[in-house]
Amino acid sequence: MTAEVLLQGLVGGLLMGLVYALIAAGLSLIFGLMEIVNFAHGEFLMVAMFSTFWAWAVVGLDPLAALPLTAAILFLLGIATYHGLIRWILGGPMLAQIFATFGLAVFLRSGAQALWGVDFRLVKDPLVQGRLELAGLFVGLPQLVASAGALAAFAALYWFITRTETGLALQATAQDRQAAALMGIDTQRMFALGWGIGAACVGVAGALLGMFFYVFPDVGSTFALLAYVAVALGGFGNVPATLLGGVVVGVVEVMGGLLISPTLKAVVVFAMYLAVVLWRPQGLFGRF
Amino acid sequence: MNRLVVLVAALVVAVGLAAPAPARAQAREVVIGVLYPLSGNAAQVGLDSVNAVKLAVEIVNGNYDLNVPLARGEGLPGLGGARIRVIVVDHQGKPDVGQGEAERLITQEKVHALFGAYFSSVTGTASQVAERHGIPYVNAESSSPALTERGFKWFFRTSPHDGHFSQVMFDFMRDLEKRRGVKFKTVGIMHEATQFGSDSAKVQEELARKYGYEVAVKIAYRDKATNLDAEVGRLKAANPDVLLPSSYTNDAILFVRTAKNLDYNPRLLIAQDAGWTDPTFLRETGKDAEGHITRAPFALDMAAKKPLIRQVNEMFKKMGGRDLSDVPARAFTGFLTLADAINRAKSTNPEEIRKALVATNIPADQLIMPWTAVKFDDKGQNAGVRAILQQAQKGQYVTIYPFELAAADVMYPMPTWKERR
Repeated sequence: MTAEVLLQGLVGGLLMGLVYALIAAGLSLIFGLMEIVNFAHGEFLMVAMFSTFWAWAVVGLDPLAALPLTAAILFLLGIATYHGLIRWILGGPMLAQIFATFGLAVFLRSGAQALWGVDFRLVKDPLVQGRLELAGLFVGLPQLVASAGALAAFAALYWFITRTETGLALQATAQDRQAAALMGIDTQRMFALGWGIGAACVGVAGALLGMFFYVFPDVGSTFALLAYVAVALGGFGNVPATLLGGVVVGVVEVMGGLLISPTLKAVVVFAMYLAVVLWRPQGLFGRF
Repeated sequence: MNRLVVLVAALVVAVGLAAPAPARAQAREVVIGVLYPLSGNAAQVGLDSVNAVKLAVEIVNGNYDLNVPLARGEGLPGLGGARIRVIVVDHQGKPDVGQGEAERLITQEKVHALFGAYFSSVTGTASQVAERHGIPYVNAESSSPALTERGFKWFFRTSPHDGHFSQVMFDFMRDLEKRRGVKFKTVGIMHEATQFGSDSAKVQEELARKYGYEVAVKIAYRDKATNLDAEVGRLKAANPDVLLPSSYTNDAILFVRTAKNLDYNPRLLIAQDAGWTDPTFLRETGKDAEGHITRAPFALDMAAKKPLIRQVNEMFKKMGGRDLSDVPARAFTGFLTLADAINRAKSTNPEEIRKALVATNIPADQLIMPWTAVKFDDKGQNAGVRAILQQAQKGQYVTIYPFELAAADVMYPMPTWKERR
């Protein structure tokens, strides 16, 4: 194993990890706000990737150009999910909450299969393609742009929740919804907003992934699993820390594959997950 | 007292075992359970295969002027014109689901035979159920060699397995060495980690030893991977003379993309069918797959020499809009083999069907596959199989090996990524 291959792996893992992080951020945001794990998160990603694909296939819109549109569609999907489903089960037992989003996941996946078939689809000749060669290292340009985009989206999200009044209201609701309500914050609106923003994060991630990853109805599940790990690593409800969680997952995945064995790379990632959950059930930087 | 209970229980069991088999003979209708993945990663391949089965059913039940078994005249003449009905189930690519569905098809739906299931792992569990119930199981496309090594009495496979397929790859490597005056020393094996990929890799490793090639690198990966950077990085570091991948469709696409990103340039790539022969693969990778070689039991470019292939392809295209490719072509052939046996059995009694399957002998001119016949050996494996190799040239697969069947010359070495632009 040469240093060059390892360095290449490190770079690849880092780039992919940033995208994982953005997917995980949406998950973490929703969880932090109302302690509900969105099991349909992967399917949200699938919807985003399909909308990216169709924007390209039907109108000829490049994934990057379609990004605001995809984010908007997912924002609306998030809000609709809250008002149509989540709001009604908030007071219900824990199990009902789990099965509600799980059911939504199955519904979205089967719906996509019924509407668009099961084939794999790729956006051909996106605006950004090819790769950079730097001192023997190869970096795919779509991957580079995707990770930069993910980082930018992350920064915007961070700015929004820490620097704007609405963002602070969101945080206040997450900390104590009763107290927030007493302070005159419309918590229902905040919940809906949280779902909207959480879904919009996946919307951005889906558009970025759409530049180089194939889409099919089951694509979400592969990414969602890694996103759950990233959330657990960073800490449940701690949005900024998922950035670290995502990057760690991305890097450990590739390095585990290179240094130990590709067969065991999922084992390495999930062993790390189990270790963290056992040692610090709230995650490395969790606040619960 | 206890002894009495045991005695009674034993009697009940004995009576149960001795009870006559349910009257399945002389049905107006023959029911066949068909298992394929209709959701999940391999769903498109499953849908194509189901379309191929439906086409075969249509050809048997209707009256067609085609040179395949049972095309002329309606229904099965051996059973007084009985028609075939299929019950299609989705096993989602999961061995446990396949097992449960096989159980249900046999006990609830009372099917006369089972057919499917693409994934070797699922075929393994589903055929176990059939074996236990004594119901014939015909498989047309699962390529794990182990499936016909289990000593099963009710399992038949019309397709070549990875032993045949891999053999042809190594013969090809040796012949290419002679032809081009090159020398291959090392091979690299990359495989997805379910039964198909793992068994394929095992056979390839044994053959490499036998043919005197060193296995420089062997990599297993999950077919649902989101990232193959580590795998391709390892291949690049080891840089074997020949790369032998065994992958399903999505991971094959991801591999090509990753190789492009990381500038990994195999000089010779010989793939184990599956993902590489799915039409989706060439459609989505396009010129990035130029020069890739795959073993394939079916070759559409042979239609020029065999009009039957063109006729069947035209009918198939009307069903799903896609060209006939390897897996559905094998499903079509396998299903007609089963129908032919039931017809000769003149009965839906499982034992009669089994005997008829054993006696199967379909000649080459009635096949759309490049095989010499469909004829089962004592393990239930079709002994008339012949594997061919195809290479992607100008965006289409053309037959390149065996050399006497070749439609084009081999492109070697494969162009590097720098040369491709």
